[in-house]
Amino acid sequence: MASQTPLKRTPLNEEHRRLGARMVDFGGWDMPVQYSGVLDEHKIVRTSVGLFDVSHMGELMVSGRGANDFLQRMTTNDVTKIAIGQAQYSALCKDDGRVIDDIIVYRRGIDSFLVCVNASNAEKDEQWLRAHLPSSGVVLENQSAEYAQIAVQGPKARELVQQFVDINIAGLKYYWFAEGKVLGQPSIIARTGYTGELGYELYVPAQHSPRIWAALVEGAQKFGGKPCGLGARDTLRLEMGYLLYGNDMDESINALECGLGWVTKFAKGEFIGSTALAEQKERGLSRQLVGIQMLDKAIARHGYKIFSALEGGRELGWVTSGTVAPSLNLNVGMAYVAPEFSPVGSEIFVEIRNERKRALVVKKPFYTNGTAQL
Amino acid sequence: MNNYPKELHYTKEHEWIRVDGTDGVVGITSFAIEQLGDVVHLELPKVGSKFKAGESFGTIESTKTVSDLYMPAAGTVTEVNTSLTQAPEDIAQDPHGKNWLIKVSLEGTPGNLMTSDQYMKYIAEEANH
Repeated sequence: MASQTPLKRTPLNEEHRRLGARMVDFGGWDMPVQYSGVLDEHKIVRTSVGLFDVSHMGELMVSGRGANDFLQRMTTNDVTKIAIGQAQYSALCKDDGRVIDDIIVYRRGIDSFLVCVNASNAEKDEQWLRAHLPSSGVVLENQSAEYAQIAVQGPKARELVQQFVDINIAGLKYYWFAEGKVLGQPSIIARTGYTGELGYELYVPAQHSPRIWAALVEGAQKFGGKPCGLGARDTLRLEMGYLLYGNDMDESINALECGLGWVTKFAKGEFIGSTALAEQKERGLSRQLVGIQMLDKAIARHGYKIFSALEGGRELGWVTSGTVAPSLNLNVGMAYVAPEFSPVGSEIFVEIRNERKRALVVKKPFYTNGTAQL
Repeated sequence: MNNYPKELHYTKEHEWIRVDGTDGVVGITSFAIEQLGDVVHLELPKVGSKFKAGESFGTIESTKTVSDLYMPAAGTVTEVNTSLTQAPEDIAQDPHGKNWLIKVSLEGTPGNLMTSDQYMKYIAEEANH
């Protein structure tokens, strides 16, 4: 259904239309879902380089005396472990441990951070953080409108990005970033991404982003690289088992159930959600997010129910994400299941239009040949 | 520009049917495939299944979405294009010809269908929405 409020547009909207992308409503944003085709774009990112407009993501700047301690209390991961110039995957939780958002925290200084948040959660996150700000010292600024964000992803990303930046990015390691210039414009050049491939996320000034995007698109051509849409972004992230907020977790799921335990650091001391999550851990989880692979020919989709047997049996949970994994020629997905069905190798049954189809719990990531950490 | 053969009849849900006496061949249109994007999975009924006009007889899936396939006319399935279910991505080539979906034995005379001219007008309007 068409929504009544006009769709939000990124600064690159005109570029997408000019390049012939198919546009869709993605959580209130007018975004490119595909250019040449999802499967083609997927392959380009795995073998060459793809360009994604991810300017809908939110950028929250947290700075001022006490910013470090503030984020240490608000996030699940250990902020003190991030060096200046380093990034960290983390989460915001409610007091009961349920997930408000998954985020990336970039440390720009001793008390200066960029927090990159999901587009659909940007306002909610800002309000949540603002409501918990100490009475003085820490400043929170929502700079989402000032930045465009371009993800350059694929084995050729380094070679492509290097041509347009004034710093040497050869030494930039996975989950580190540098502040430099992209085509002369002050930018944040981060070695982060959502595809499993070598890649960079460029936080560039919104007003200069169309020119930067056009230069990257042109520069990518000699590698066979192309602009890509959200369709390929979804198949790429799912092959890696990366979570998508709103699909794989939301405010009804706690951080441990959805597999954010590896970024939940109880040892750092108290943080919002820590008491509830520690209790959960002690008591045992009631469900767990797992990777699944279809054995029968079928594609599991968000919301499909999972059962313990082909007939009868009991309901175990539900599918959160599912698609074809183009690099693997398999149908894969993620699902919540009862803990006794979470071990790899457990056979489960996905109900698809009243028919149960066989599936197997498998290890994530599904795709293991990514170049992200090379 | 797409070619919508004159000898086929079309539904608003973008299926087509070729009628030859009481035999029918059913497929989906190139417009529908363009809208879907890459087709990655097809679920088609078993031979012998019976459907009313407008009833869902299967599904077609792209990387992102699942869409129902609707019967253009009432009938019983006599043949399923199994080479297509093995390689669903092929449907993008020749969707109005060799990449048909099912053959049916029709019940009565199909009605409420569009000619190719009417269908082309219909999709031109859809595309503008």
